[in-house]
Order: sequence, then structure tokens, then C-alpha cells
Amino acid sequence: MQVFGKTQDNLWTLIAAPAIWGFHFLFSYFLAAYRCAPNDDIFGTRAAIAVVTVICLLLILLIARRAGREWRTYGGAYRNDQATDNARERFLEFSTLLLAALSFVAVVFETLPIFVFWDCR
Amino acid sequence: MIEGTTQTEAPDQEDEAVRRAQEDRLREVWAAPKGWRYWSAVNNTEVGVWYTAVSFGFMLFAGVLALIVRAQLAVPENDLVSPTFYDQAFTLHGTTMMFLFAVPIFEAVAIIILPQLLGARDLPFPRLSAFGFWCFVIGGVFVTGSIFFDQAPSSGWFMYPPLTTEERYTPGYGPDIWLLGLSFIEIASLAAAVELIVGTLKCRPPGMRLNLMPLYAWYVLVVAGMILFAFPPLIAGDILFEFERMFDWPFFDPSRGGDPILWQHLFWIFGHPEVYIVFLPAIALVAMIVPTFAQRPILGYSWIVLAAVGTGFISFGLWVHHMYATGLPSISLGFFSAASEAVAIPTGVQIFVFIATLLTGRVIYSVPMLFVSGSLANLVIGGLTGVMVALVPFDWQAHDTYFVVAHLHYVLIGGVLFPIAAGVYYYWPLVAGRKLSSRLGRIAFWLMFVGFNAAFLPMHYSGLAGMPRRVWTYSESLGVGTANLISSVGAFIFAAGILVIVWDVLRPRGKEPYAKRNPWNAGTLEWLVEMPGEDWGVRSIPIVTSRYPLWEQPNFIDDVDKGRFYLPDAEEMKRETIITSVLDGTPLQCLRVPGPSFMPMVAAIFTGAVFIFATFHWWASTIAAMVLAAISIIVWLWRGTAIIPEKPEKNVGRGLHLPLYTSGPHSVGWWAMFITMMGDTTAFLGLVFGYYYFFTIHADFPPPANVGPGVLWPSVAFGLFAVAWATALGARLTNQAGRIGLARGLMAAGAVAALGGSAALLWGPYTTGLRPAAHVYPATVWVIAIWTALHGVAGSLMLAYCLARSLVGRMTPKHDMDIWNVALYWHFVGFAVIVTVGTLAYLPLLT
Repeated sequence: MQVFGKTQDNLWTLIAAPAIWGFHFLFSYFLAAYRCAPNDDIFGTRAAIAVVTVICLLLILLIARRAGREWRTYGGAYRNDQATDNARERFLEFSTLLLAALSFVAVVFETLPIFVFWDCR
Repeated sequence: MIEGTTQTEAPDQEDEAVRRAQEDRLREVWAAPKGWRYWSAVNNTEVGVWYTAVSFGFMLFAGVLALIVRAQLAVPENDLVSPTFYDQAFTLHGTTMMFLFAVPIFEAVAIIILPQLLGARDLPFPRLSAFGFWCFVIGGVFVTGSIFFDQAPSSGWFMYPPLTTEERYTPGYGPDIWLLGLSFIEIASLAAAVELIVGTLKCRPPGMRLNLMPLYAWYVLVVAGMILFAFPPLIAGDILFEFERMFDWPFFDPSRGGDPILWQHLFWIFGHPEVYIVFLPAIALVAMIVPTFAQRPILGYSWIVLAAVGTGFISFGLWVHHMYATGLPSISLGFFSAASEAVAIPTGVQIFVFIATLLTGRVIYSVPMLFVSGSLANLVIGGLTGVMVALVPFDWQAHDTYFVVAHLHYVLIGGVLFPIAAGVYYYWPLVAGRKLSSRLGRIAFWLMFVGFNAAFLPMHYSGLAGMPRRVWTYSESLGVGTANLISSVGAFIFAAGILVIVWDVLRPRGKEPYAKRNPWNAGTLEWLVEMPGEDWGVRSIPIVTSRYPLWEQPNFIDDVDKGRFYLPDAEEMKRETIITSVLDGTPLQCLRVPGPSFMPMVAAIFTGAVFIFATFHWWASTIAAMVLAAISIIVWLWRGTAIIPEKPEKNVGRGLHLPLYTSGPHSVGWWAMFITMMGDTTAFLGLVFGYYYFFTIHADFPPPANVGPGVLWPSVAFGLFAVAWATALGARLTNQAGRIGLARGLMAAGAVAALGGSAALLWGPYTTGLRPAAHVYPATVWVIAIWTALHGVAGSLMLAYCLARSLVGRMTPKHDMDIWNVALYWHFVGFAVIVTVGTLAYLPLLT
């Protein structure tokens, strides 16, 4: 997969952003579960989740930027039901962009608990 | 690029005599068998209809149980049925509705309409669908029949231990019937998932690119993918659970290091995606119905894809919201609460898209549309209460009360049953060639809509007033008597509505004429079907250049009917369909699809026998059934798969020549193996999750390295498995290169090495004296080792199978599908071996 050039979209590029959400979710959950087995202070855990969150959000933004830019450069139309390679690419790019937006919001949601909960109670 | 390059003499499709002869051949090739052999049919037009009918049968059965429950709860301190029977009734109601209706009905409907929607003659593995169907029937009858012997499971559809694991709380066979019967049905679901994923990705008509795929197909793809990752953790849980019940391995017993919460995790990792697994296919029906009755293309196609894929992912992050009251750390609950709120976004997007499509179209109000509007209204209520119970503090108040019962029924009946009723009215002409009665449909709708709301709206109140779920009766002083009486009356009105539909479907039709073709004036391919339909599905496989070809492609129906597209004939008297590429639907292969056979049924009967005999601990019979099941599956594969065609390629029409045999990533068999093994690996990871779960909750798990299975024997196993993996890969490469002798030698060596590896893997814990009933650590080590060892034995059998195929000339350097698939299998086993040995032997060294 090229990131900055023109990319051939497929089903894997489509699900990349939600897959990052999945990684972020599992990472946060497993780390907190592991660190909370004895009820310790979890500042380190929360910091680690914050770092991973920033990385995940940046990756999702990169995906969104790539998809959005190609979508706009090569037409950027909302109508993509023609029987052409171009329409298929634009469809996948636009859908990727939408999924990246959803994943971005979901990752942000997923991070809110670390600002609210300071220990394991 | 659709057109082929070679021109050969083509039949004249404009000549009626030519067409008549073609139709006769197609009709004969695709005809369902006659007489008692009818039950050997495997075509989607038969299996799909049986599947649907049987799952509706189970729904009616579970509905009767619900009415018994409602009759018991109609008045306070009632004793209409005994508490034991009541427990069995509500457990079986939930179990049957979820496992025997909601999931199977998706598979059943998809098996009927997906090939039609994709203009394919059949899905790629019809015998696999038939196998899944027979598994479903046998397992379903076994589970539901138990109530007539007072042996039904009685501890709620989620079977929480320790209530269910200890003989003193739940004597008898109830939990075993649940575990083994449903594990068996889960196999059927996985089979359907494989069939539907490969069907959606590889059996689309030429030209149907991803951006032109009907939305139903998008949903099917997402849901089948979800089944692949949601069901295996439950299978893993079932294995742990059944080992505890049968052999006293203490996975969920805290006195020996186990933890009942582990079951809740494994169950709900399945159980929450399950909600979306049943909801999305129903919404998929709405996505087909709305454009037809708005008489315009769907607005925001990409947004629906966003919603389907987004929901598919996020729904896997919700499972702990069923476990808010188990005492997990608040920060953990926070993660799941966040995901539970986030999933409302894609779900809402779908509803807005439907409403926008309706607002911008010219809506035709008909029975399917009525059910769709009822669905949207009820679903929104269920969704809003869902957002409420996703909040931890609110859930702690409402947990295990009738508020939750109200919520889940609004989601499931509003979001699943109403769309399915809409689907029944919409798609009935496709199945039977006639429309259902619009008058009876309206009566049914209003009975169901009013009855449903009367039954479930008051439950919000009963729950908030403090009435707990799953109680046999309640005290008058609770003050929920009136609410419950209204609920019970509503439930019976609702049931009356269902009965009206049943009558409408079953009533004698007399001389009522067939519906006209495309009776709703829809735009998608499934409405190419003639009234009544032909077994061949489509007369010729069309080239698709639009999302709504019937609306937008000129002269389309006539071109299909006159056989101007692909495969208008069956000149070799074989069942055939076209395999295309994933992205753009470029034709790749003419696939010969297998015809009727009793083998799937025989294999399902023996497989079912394994589970049923094991329930009653008849070990000798269980092992005999296991051997017979393995033999029947091998016979089925040997005779029916990877058949070498009489010529390398054929003219499929319009001058296009396609190969008849492909192997490796181009073949559907390879895809099926890949997808199956993804599911299989997920189940394995479910077991490994158990190990690491105990690792996180116990400071002394794993114990010091000298307690465990040792390092020596697992390492020996690792070496032998590495040899087996390398020989499988080597056999594929050398066979391809034409060095058949060497390839055969490698297959034989690999088969032996795999057996040795399996033995060594089990020898480790045996020789270090790990007793699985003593503590959860040895039990966990054993169960992971057994899983991987069994996969080694299966891999050995597969290599031996390839060797035999090569020796009799059924596998050659050019026709090497078998060894391609087996080598792929070994990649997955290799992964499992690395994880197994790394976890069991090397992790204890680090701690």
C-alpha cells in the first residue's frame, strides 16, 4: 500500500481505520485489566493509553488524508455508481474516508475513561 | 475487458429452436431429484427453502414457550406451570430464538436470495450448505426436543457457571444438551459463513464491481465475517465448559483457581456481536425494500457501507456491557460504555439514510413498506433504551430487570422480526411465484404492531418498578400486576398476528394466478426470476453495469432471457456458474458446481451422533460415530471435489473462454480453506485468551517452569511440526514443478512427522505429571495442547489424502488444488504451534 502516491484501494484499505480502532480498544482493555489485577495506581497505564491513542489517531488521520485527497483529486463526486475503475476507486476512497471519521470518533470516545478514572475501583 | 479474445462458433441465440434446446438441457441439469431422492437436493432453491421453513418452525415453537411464560406471569402469585418447567421454558425460548431462528434465518434467506441477487446459478459450495442445513435440523431437534423429556436446559440462555457447572445445582443433562447441541449448530453457522463470504466475493456476475454490489450483499459479507470471529470464542467456551462438566477440569471453579467470569467473557464476546449478526441481515432486507417502494436508488450508498462495516467492527467492543454488575474495574467498564455509545452512530446513519431515501422518492404504501415503517419506529425505541443501559450507572439500576427485557425485545422484534416479516411479504413471489394477500398482511401487521407494543412497553415500567427477570412469579405488593396483565394480553395479540402470516403462507391457493414478473417493479437482479421460478436461477449470467440493472440497463431482461449473456447452455450436462474477481467482477473461471448427493446428510448424521452420544457419555459409540463421520467426509471430498475436467477450458458465450479448473488463490476452495481457518484460529485464540486471562488474574499463573509441561517435549513437537509444515509447502512446490516422486515422498514424511509432533506435544504434560482436574493451570495447558495436537492429526490425514489422490492420478502437477489447500492449512497450524509451544513451554521461563 502506498501512502502518499496513488493507491489501489481494496477491501483491506477499507477496513484499515476500524482495525486500528480495534487494536486501540483491545490494547486499552487488556492493559487496564492486567494492571488492575492488584488495585495499584494506574497513572502509567493511563499515560501508555494516551500515547497509543495519539499514535492511533495519527494513523487514522493519515488514512483519512490519503483517501480524502485521492477522492477529491480524481473527481470527488458523491455519485459513484458507474461501471468504471474510476467510480470503484472513488467509492472505496469515500467509504474509507467515512470509516476513518467514524474510527477517529470511536477512538476518542474510547480514550475518555482515562481522564475520568484515576484508579481501579 | 469483459469480452474474450478468441472467437469460436457461437450458437445463434436469436433462433428459438436453439434456445428451446438449451432450456431443456438447463432444466434437466438443475432439476431437483424426484421421489425420496428429493432429500438429496443441494441447490439453493431447495436447501434455502427447507432452511427457512425449519427456522420458522423453531420460531413458532419458541413463540409458544413465550406464551406459556406470559400466561404464567399474567397475574401475581400464579402457579399455572411449575418453577422447573418455567425455567426450562424461558431458557429454551431465548436459546431457540437466538440459535435456531435469528441466526439460521439469516443464513437461510441468504442462501435463497444471494445467488439470485448476484445472477449466479448457485453458491460455490451447495453441498456445504446442505451439510449445514442437516446439522441445523439434527442439533435443533435435539435441543428443543429435550423439553418433552423434562431435560431441557434451565439456567438462562447464557448458561452462567457455577449454576450450570455443578451437578448439585443443575442435575441431569440440560446444560450438556445446550452445550453440545449448540456447538454442533455453530458448525452449521460457520459453514454458512464460509459459503456466503466466498459467494459474495467470487460469484458476482461479470462487471459487478464492489461499488455496484447490492447493499444486501454488503451486509451479508459483513455479517458472515462477524460470524467468523464471533462464534469461535463461544466454541472455545463450550469446550472449556463441557470439559468441566464431563471430566471435572476446573476452568470456572474458583476453589481450584478457575473463574466463572471467564465464561461470561467468552460467551459475550460471542453474544454481543450476535445481536448485530441477527440485526444487520434484517436491516439488509430493509435496504432492498426501501428503494423498491420509494422507486428510486438508495440515497447514500457509501453511508450504508460505512454503517455496515463500522457496526461490524464496533459491535465487537461491547461485550462487557452485559457484565457491568460483575465487579470489573470502572475504567474497564468505561471502555465498553464508550464503544456501546459509539455504535449508535453507524446504526443511526442507516436509519437516516432510509428515511432520506423515502422522503426523496415516491413512496408506494404496501405491506412490506408497512412492516418496514413499524420496524423503524420500534427499533428507534429499542435503540434509545440501549443508549440508556449502555451507561454504567443506569445499567446498575436496571440490570436484570424487566427494563432490559423490554429493551432487548424492542431491538430484536423491532429490528429483526418486523423486517423479516417485511421480507416474507416482499420475497414470497420469488419463492412461490405468487404474492401474499395484502389484506391479510395489513391485518397481521396491525395485530403484531399493537400486540407488540402492548406486550413490551409496560415492561419498561415493570422493570423500573423493580420486577427482576427470569422470576417464576411475583408478589402482588410489587404493584406490577396490571402492567403484567397488559403485557400478557399484548403477547397473545402479537401471536395472533404471527398466526395470520402463517395462515397466509400456508392457505390453499386454488387457481389463483401467478404474479406478474418483477411484481414490485424492483431494480435488482433477483427479480429476473420468472413466475414461477426455474431451478436454474438465471437464464444467462448477465453483464452488470449498474446498481439497479432492471431499471437502468436497457433491454436487460430480454437479453438475459434470450441467453445473450454468459452460460446460456449446459452442453456438457453439468451444473456451472461463473467465478469473478473480488474488486471488479472480471470473469476468472467457469465453476462446475456439484449436484444432488446424500453425502452431506450422511456426514451431518454421523457428526450429530458424535455430539449426541457424547452428551450421554456413551464413549464407545461416540468414538465409532467420530470415525464414521470422518470417513463420510473423506468419501464426500474424494468423490465430489477437485474433479479434473474433461477439457481445460470452455466457451461460456460471447467468445469468452474460461478455465474449468483453477487452484491456489484463484480457486474458491482455497478461499474457503482460508476463511475456515480464520474461524478455526479464532477459536484457538479463544482458548489462549483463557490462558492469558488466568495469567492476568493470578500472580502464580503460570507456576515455576519445573511444574509445567517442560521445555524438552514441546520443543521436540515444535521441531516435528516444523518439518510437517515444510514438507506440506515443499510438496506443493515440487508437485507443481512436476517432480511427483519427490512430492509424494514429502507428503508421506509430513504425515508421519505431524503424527509425531502431536504425540510429542501431548507427551510433555503427561510425562511431567500435570493432572488436569487438580488445578486450572494443568487443565489449561492440556486443553491447548489437545487442540493443537488434534490439528496436527487432521493435518496428517490431509497430507495422506493428498498422497492418495496423487497415487491414483486425481491430483497432478496441473490439477493441484488439494495440496494447495492443505499447504494453506499447514500455515495456520504452524501459527497455532508457535503460539502453543511459546505459551506452554517458554512463557513460564520468563516469569
